[in-house]
Amino acid sequence: MLAINILTEALASIGRSTLGLLASIGRLAIFAGLAISHMLRGPFYPREFAVQLLRIGYFSLPVVGLTTLFTGGALALQIYAGGARFNAESVVPSIVAIGMIRELGPVLAGLMVAGRVGASIAAEIGTMKVTEQIDALTTLSTNPMKYLVVPRILAATLAMPLLVLIGNIIGILGGFLVGTLRLGFNPAAYMSNTVDFLEAGDITSGLIKAAVFGFIVALMGTYSGFHSGRGAQGVGQATTNAVVSASVLILASNYLLTELLFPS
Amino acid sequence: MSGVAKIALKGVKKSFGSNAVLRGVDLGVAKGSSLVVIGGSGTGKSVLLKCILGIVTPDAGEILIDGAALKNREDFLSHFGMLFQGGALFDSLTVWQNVAFRLLQGRSKLSKADARELAVEKLRRVGLKPEVAFQFPAELSGGMQKRVGLARAIASEPSVIFFDEPTTGLDPIMAGVINELIREIVVDLGATAITITHDMSSVRAIADHVAMLHAGKVRWHGVVGDIDASGDAYVDQFINGRAEGPIESVR
Repeated sequence: MLAINILTEALASIGRSTLGLLASIGRLAIFAGLAISHMLRGPFYPREFAVQLLRIGYFSLPVVGLTTLFTGGALALQIYAGGARFNAESVVPSIVAIGMIRELGPVLAGLMVAGRVGASIAAEIGTMKVTEQIDALTTLSTNPMKYLVVPRILAATLAMPLLVLIGNIIGILGGFLVGTLRLGFNPAAYMSNTVDFLEAGDITSGLIKAAVFGFIVALMGTYSGFHSGRGAQGVGQATTNAVVSASVLILASNYLLTELLFPS
Repeated sequence: MSGVAKIALKGVKKSFGSNAVLRGVDLGVAKGSSLVVIGGSGTGKSVLLKCILGIVTPDAGEILIDGAALKNREDFLSHFGMLFQGGALFDSLTVWQNVAFRLLQGRSKLSKADARELAVEKLRRVGLKPEVAFQFPAELSGGMQKRVGLARAIASEPSVIFFDEPTTGLDPIMAGVINELIREIVVDLGATAITITHDMSSVRAIADHVAMLHAGKVRWHGVVGDIDASGDAYVDQFINGRAEGPIESVR
């Protein structure tokens, strides 16, 4: 009897969790659909969009730049050490470039922006919800989805490819500096190897990934903020949810996009 | 109440999960009249306001504006102002941008200079100096934030104004100042006002009519002058702030 009760309780617990997860996915899908539909219908808030573009894009440059610079350098060292096992040290420039542009640039920038921007969006909107600023927007004839969500999602979706483009260049520069100053590569040969093996598809695929990651970061930030609980604990939880869910979704969508863009 | 009410609620019900907050509220406010809704914490006063505004959707019942169900909420909100309990000022905007927020949106928006001038005038109306216009909300005291919230609520000269706990967190003198300002403004604008509060000094200063909400229903509704002789034990206990009485208090 006791065993049946424990089993029933365990199954009920799994059922509750599954239903909760499905409900969350449903709420997120409705929120995303609503946000996209508001992108297509006015009024639009260009000033808000410009402010968000600056906050999300420009102010994320240092963190993305530093991340890709050091990653590019580390990548050069690793590929050199690995390549030396079968006398293939010369592949360092091309592998650094391809690795940065196709994979590491978008993913690392996405994760860093999720930490910096996703958390900030969730905390800002969560606080606005707790302090009734979102209700105040409604009473002032302003749709919160149009005023708060749409500018952030649009700005993040557009800013991320630009950030990744710059991050890729800095990452390749990191590899170049380590390659030429530490590993003894000829600067001209390094640059030539970098450019010669790159294809347009490498760059566009990285930028497509970046746009998708930007959309995910802003969507999860705004969604978590809008569904924030009460008080400091609620806002803190919303911030954590935004970063964790955006990071996991970035990694999962990265795999799916890689499958789609580079079918084997 | 004679004639058609400006705002009328009929059998409005709202539950959150198993918690039935409003259990059939019937209430009306005449045009140009000031109604104060009183009741203990958690009796659904704020939910009532949010139902009228459409921020919360009632589970049952009707909300009528000028005798008809609300078809165009945008139209209603364009003639509406609200003072929130905590001010709900936008942190990222200066005081004048907060006050003139509505005037800077939409097709008939004002120029920045005109909106700023109007905001300064409204700030003066609530007793704030023009220099305050260029500060951020975080730089102001609680009382000043309430005044800015009041200036924002009246900026577009609305015909309906809601006040949510206007004196909460203020010292008695500042509370008195805010109460007087609210009364003056409502009379000057000829607006229909609904205030929710549990501050009896606000009730006596602001109200034409008072409704007491208890257990999700309107317990008593009458003219403010009759409240002391309401003959209702619940109202008596509430307005006299007694711990003993039919309203259960947690000790």
